[in-house]
Amino acid sequence: MSAVKAIEFDGVTVRFPTTRIPFVKEWFVRKLRGTAAVDTFAALSDVSLDIQPGECLGLIGFNGAGKSTLLRVAAGVITPSAGRAVVRGSVAPLIELGTGFDHELSGRENIFFNGALLGRSQRTMRARTDEIVEFSGLGQFIDLPLRTYSTGMVARLAFSIATAVDAAVVLLDEILAVGDASFRERCEERIRRFHKSGCTILLVSHDLASIEKLCDRVVFLEEGRIVALGDPPEVIRAYGERSGFHELRHNRSLSPGVPE
Amino acid sequence: MSTIPRAEQDPPAEAAAAIPEFCNAAGSGVSLLDEVRDLVAHEHLLRSLVMRDLTVRYKRSVLGVLWTMLNPLLMMLIFTLVFSVFFRFAIKHFEVYFLSEYLPWIFFSQTTANSMASMAWNGPLMKRVRIPKSIFALATTLSGIANLAISCIPLAIIMLIKGAPFSSAVVFLPVSFLILGVFTLGVSLTLSSLSVYFADIKETYQAAVFGLMYLAPIIYPMSIVPEKYLWLVRLNPLVHLLQIVRDPIYNGRLPTPHDLVISSICALAALISGWLVFRRLSAGFYAQL
Repeated sequence: MSAVKAIEFDGVTVRFPTTRIPFVKEWFVRKLRGTAAVDTFAALSDVSLDIQPGECLGLIGFNGAGKSTLLRVAAGVITPSAGRAVVRGSVAPLIELGTGFDHELSGRENIFFNGALLGRSQRTMRARTDEIVEFSGLGQFIDLPLRTYSTGMVARLAFSIATAVDAAVVLLDEILAVGDASFRERCEERIRRFHKSGCTILLVSHDLASIEKLCDRVVFLEEGRIVALGDPPEVIRAYGERSGFHELRHNRSLSPGVPE
Repeated sequence: MSTIPRAEQDPPAEAAAAIPEFCNAAGSGVSLLDEVRDLVAHEHLLRSLVMRDLTVRYKRSVLGVLWTMLNPLLMMLIFTLVFSVFFRFAIKHFEVYFLSEYLPWIFFSQTTANSMASMAWNGPLMKRVRIPKSIFALATTLSGIANLAISCIPLAIIMLIKGAPFSSAVVFLPVSFLILGVFTLGVSLTLSSLSVYFADIKETYQAAVFGLMYLAPIIYPMSIVPEKYLWLVRLNPLVHLLQIVRDPIYNGRLPTPHDLVISSICALAALISGWLVFRRLSAGFYAQL
């Protein structure tokens, strides 16, 4: 185990307001009455976790467990309410694919714009364009405006761009859920290559088979806390057990096929 | 994957193998130094945001410039008719008098309004990648300055047609624009940060802006303001900020030290308070956007 961690989460708590005060007027009135403080809920509670350089860590859990929030704290998009996250190395965040795109611009122009978002220059992106176009499999669509693309095509472009920039830390949120089977295979292949080249990877997915194949360790999050952490098969088994329980508890009618 | 050297991403420290370390901690908000460093690192993004603003406007080249000037020119015609002809203000070259303050005024009011729209527009971006969040206010201010500079061309043409004198004092204009730009950036930072939280800021501000415009001698000469109301007009910081643009263009002289000092103080105060508001609020943008 290396002494220098690639990512450190240190008592990270993230609180979100559950109500909004949408008007200045209302805010002033509430301020005068002393009721300006809004209720919050904790999306993450006191999460501490170290990730070694070169490690591929999987994050699993039910919807709303805090997986994506944790990824966004690592990406620096969400500031924690308490605690801190330290990330060493340049980051390639792949969160909410395609939302950083300008749909009026062509795919090619979006490559440059997205590169700029990630802090990469035109020159860097120009050197990668062919590779990105090739990997995305978009062909001549690359010169059409993004609004003509299907959801899957947008996602493929986003994945191709984000994984074409050099980064020491790669954050992947549900990228395996988009695209067709062959694209997914290539994604997995690329994640493996990242892994081999020594990148640190944080991967959120509901695809347990992929998680088990790709990850060195897996974290199981529930209601903003770490429930289990360790070898993929073990943690996935724990999740599977909870999952059956969870579905029985919340979702009885929707889970006739789950063997209990 | 990583065969190409990383020189682009962390240029100076490359040889020393310094790993960029990013600490995302709860607390008092982003420090000024970190934000500036982050802005420098995102220079390419800043450039493409400004270019996008400008190309959207000037894509149809000549028409784009005309379009930008349509509002000021139309206003010029109307106000010339109303005030120079109907009210018979004794202002020489009324068109030039009016435009020399109306153009910087348009810059201020449009940039501040755009900065709020830009926050809403780019919300999804801020939720996806870590970018210095002040980049949007900065980008709108920079493209606003570029537009202001471009709109000086038609103004010069009107001055030529009207036979208004040019003075060498116009070389001072970049300094005036800089001071006005700093002020506008500060106000934009405040307003755009607040607009993320409060939906009614935009409407409230529009009303205020309308009032501020009539409380500055853009259309009328300062001489028609009764003595006892002068203080009220002078309270408007924009009076001084617009005056330092009008002086070189219309009055053919350098701005007075008095106006320059007050303008600079207002600009700095606006920037500092804008930064403080931004710093206080920016950590909560994610939950509000």
